Amino acid sequence: MTVAVRTHDLSVRYDRVLALDAVNLTLDEGQALGIVGPNGSGKSTLLKAIAGLIAPASGTVAVFGGAPRKQPPGTIAYVPQVEAVDWSFPANVYDVVAMGRFPRMHALAPFSKHDREVVDASLDALRIGDLRARHISQLSGGQQQRAFIARAIAQEPRLLLLDEPTTGVDAATEEALREFVRGLVGRGMPVLMTTHDLDRAAEWFDRLMVVDRRVLAEGDPAAVLDSGAYAGIREHVHTHGHLRVDVAEESPHA
Amino acid sequence: MLDALLAPFQYEFMQRAFVAAIVVGTLCSTIGTYVVLRKLAFIGDGIAHASFAGIVVAYLRGLDYYVGAAIVAVLTALGIGFVTRRAKVSLDTAIGVLFTGAFAFGVFLMSRLPTYNIDLQGFLFGNILAVSRGDIVLIVVLAALVFLVLAIIYRPLLYTSFDPVVAEASGIPVALIDYVLLVLLALTVVISLEAVGIVLVAALLVTPAATAYQLTRRFRRMLALSAGIGAVCAVSGLYASYYLHAASGATIVLLVTFVFFVAMISKRLFRFSV
Repeated sequence: MTVAVRTHDLSVRYDRVLALDAVNLTLDEGQALGIVGPNGSGKSTLLKAIAGLIAPASGTVAVFGGAPRKQPPGTIAYVPQVEAVDWSFPANVYDVVAMGRFPRMHALAPFSKHDREVVDASLDALRIGDLRARHISQLSGGQQQRAFIARAIAQEPRLLLLDEPTTGVDAATEEALREFVRGLVGRGMPVLMTTHDLDRAAEWFDRLMVVDRRVLAEGDPAAVLDSGAYAGIREHVHTHGHLRVDVAEESPHA
Repeated sequence: MLDALLAPFQYEFMQRAFVAAIVVGTLCSTIGTYVVLRKLAFIGDGIAHASFAGIVVAYLRGLDYYVGAAIVAVLTALGIGFVTRRAKVSLDTAIGVLFTGAFAFGVFLMSRLPTYNIDLQGFLFGNILAVSRGDIVLIVVLAALVFLVLAIIYRPLLYTSFDPVVAEASGIPVALIDYVLLVLLALTVVISLEAVGIVLVAALLVTPAATAYQLTRRFRRMLALSAGIGAVCAVSGLYASYYLHAASGATIVLLVTFVFFVAMISKRLFRFSV
């Protein structure tokens, strides 16, 4: 089995703030790894560093054995948590999903039959085929999320990074997304995903990682949740009203 | 009627002016689509003002105005790209400081000349009737180059304009695309200087695209509509200026402004869209 992602002592800084501290992570092909942690724990930063959007302060990130930015175009598909795009941009759902093909296309090459088929299949897979002609400003939160995941799929990536795709979507959409992502993983796609939803973690993921700047726990989802690593963070936040970095010392896995 | 339409063409300078109007109108409004969607209007305006320093320096050195303007415009565009990525000051502040400074430098240099025969008013407000045969060749060649590069980077530029973060993660060289767009914008401004002038070039960059944006919600249509509006308004504006004995640049800009308001109002009244 090929290793899709490997980080070694990965640390990321924003100016003077240490966002990630010596994170070691391995993701194999055909595996879904869930990342949980409180707000501000560095979950999104971890995905961005793996996508090559943020340079590590120290340590290394390897995607398929090389630097993320050295991968051929189309290798990594990243779906950010809140799409900070201009929703009045002149584009409908089809246009947005079609952009997924762009990284793999040559300059001046026409949009081929294959490209159209992949876009259609991606729209259908996310069940938004009937929304194809709708302008992006007229989508619900869940529909927006599905359109951007469809774009990621249309890219035919080798690695899928999802940042809280289930936040703000209804239960039916969440279930449909989960079935879809599990299907991808079953066909060998490595998936790295952050989430707040602990209840469904065992159904989503093969492995679960608790991150709060550092890795607090990692392993089988049920075992990680039973260990109380995440509960420890929650209680601390609850009692003190804010997060402190000494949580790591209190948790059993630290 | 036909005589009236053909009358201006009896003069060779009017023939050249019409060629320049079509090329500049189409080019400005095409790249203007990106200017509007990426909110670069202020940058276009700033590049135009800064290039004035290049015009004066070129004059002092005995070089072609276009060469001086092009060098300064491209350098400023690259500087802006760099500042956007690195600096901690806000972009509009940086542009406001740098471009007015560069413009003032041009005026300063010029005012110290004992005698000068730079057509200041021509560069500020444009003088499309003064476009020479050599200018036309330069305008057409540079415009063709800008269109060619725009076609080559069409998809990565569209993706980068809509969603730069995800585009970058997918492997598109977003920084390079941004710089290329700024250089193309600088060249477009330089090509347009003689036709519409420093002060009015921003209108040709923004107004046709803003008009198209009112009328459609698809990118390709916006691009085509904007280019069409720019070309038609440039030619009709030139005709109008011929018969009204008015400044050509100002007439063209007034016409696109008029079309913008017509589009805005008819959209409100008829819920009309393409």
